[in-house]
Amino acid sequence: MRAIKPALFVICLLPLARAVWIVASGGAVNPIEFMLHSTGTWALVMLLLTLTVTPLRQITGNNSLIRYRRMLGLFSFFYAILHFMTWVGLDRFFDLASMLKDIVRRPFITVGFAAFVILVILAATSTNAAMRRLKRNWGRLHRLVYPAAILAVVHYWWLVKLDITQPAIYAALLAVLLLWRLFFRLNEYYRSRIMH
Amino acid sequence: MLIRKPADIEPSEITPKDVYLNRRQFMVTSAGGLLVAADAMAALTAKPGTPLKDEKTNSLKEATTYNNYYEFGVDKEDPAKHAGSLKTRPWSVVVEGEVAKPKTFSIEELLKFAPLEERIYRMRCVEGWSMVIPWIGFSLAALLKQVEPTGKGKYVAFETLNDPKQMPGVKYPILDWPYREGLRMDEAMHPLTILSVGMYGDVLPNQNGAPIRLVVPWKYGFKSIKSIVRIRVVEQQPKTSWNMAAPNEYGFYSNVNPKVDHPRWSQATERRIGEFSRRKTLLFNGYADQVAGLYGGMDLLKYF
Repeated sequence: MRAIKPALFVICLLPLARAVWIVASGGAVNPIEFMLHSTGTWALVMLLLTLTVTPLRQITGNNSLIRYRRMLGLFSFFYAILHFMTWVGLDRFFDLASMLKDIVRRPFITVGFAAFVILVILAATSTNAAMRRLKRNWGRLHRLVYPAAILAVVHYWWLVKLDITQPAIYAALLAVLLLWRLFFRLNEYYRSRIMH
Repeated sequence: MLIRKPADIEPSEITPKDVYLNRRQFMVTSAGGLLVAADAMAALTAKPGTPLKDEKTNSLKEATTYNNYYEFGVDKEDPAKHAGSLKTRPWSVVVEGEVAKPKTFSIEELLKFAPLEERIYRMRCVEGWSMVIPWIGFSLAALLKQVEPTGKGKYVAFETLNDPKQMPGVKYPILDWPYREGLRMDEAMHPLTILSVGMYGDVLPNQNGAPIRLVVPWKYGFKSIKSIVRIRVVEQQPKTSWNMAAPNEYGFYSNVNPKVDHPRWSQATERRIGEFSRRKTLLFNGYADQVAGLYGGMDLLKYF
């Protein structure tokens, strides 16, 4: 059991290793776009995996799964910051004016940037010390992960040219994860009312 | 016991002497014919084009592995993987509509239609990337002149093959198939507008629109329709695929213009495939000197 966490850590790094290998071996005709898409996709996948931990815990009754949630969330942040830095440094080559203009004027970049800012806040307050300091506000603050996930899916949806199959799949998965929470809450609420 | 006799007829009496003496050349020619029949890469002879000043021509690998050709899938790698199922022989192109002499041309006729020329053009995709590609082809005007457009013909409409058996992507209603494009008559007759049958000295690879495609270098790449089966001269502005799919994003004209942004992204710069930093996008993709006159007095923001 002790080996699970380090193993998961290594597994979470594999998408990056694969992307770097493809670029280094000349397998991407447009390497900057490829890195941008790859890191963005994996930031979203990791975010959805993070949101899968709680439903999985509720379904299996295996509460120890919570141990992996923070790491998955931080990996989402890790891929998101790689995504952001690829955009800033490689795609725009630190052209601040063009980036600011796009953040304001291009809705898909606005929502993507908003999702990134939320992930920065959540990552910065992910330490045990921050949890202790924020007390019950920590839970409230970290509910921002839901809007972050929605914004991330919208970011993807709005950037595709025409074929929305891929973003629609992520939207459906996210909808399942969010609706599960809604039904779980409602269920608990009615049960508590019957009990009293 | 079998006793060998001299043959009654000498081999030289069966095969005419000139063929016999030229048998090596005869073999080469037949093999060439077989290759064309099998649609393998066959070198094309064309008048060499002028490379662009200070702009490197992209590699064949770049131009053949990073394509938008939705009939074979929506990812850039899909056309190279799936376009092998396209059969480019036999192939014919119907040229009809407001013309005095409508005609169906076989691909063999089109390959010999006019002296082939190499044209090294910039290709700017609406998505924000570009390449420099050495096309081989002939001017569209030459073909149109032969069918004699009538006075009513104001536009030219083009159609791509639409065969789900050869094109796995047309099973999905991503675009309203067949793929359609169109030009105004003066754009179609412009000397820069070509029908391309080859690139990099060879026939077109399937993923690049074999066996015959349009190349209009001052417009976004999607205007340069691939694998053409029908050309119609028409009176009204024809419906075009991307315009039908998203009219506010893809105009009929779709001239490359750094000042007219796509509603969702900027068109001011582009990434040249193979280069690190972005280039400034040029008005009419750098062909303003030749084509700006076509649009005199037109509001390019309105007619984007």
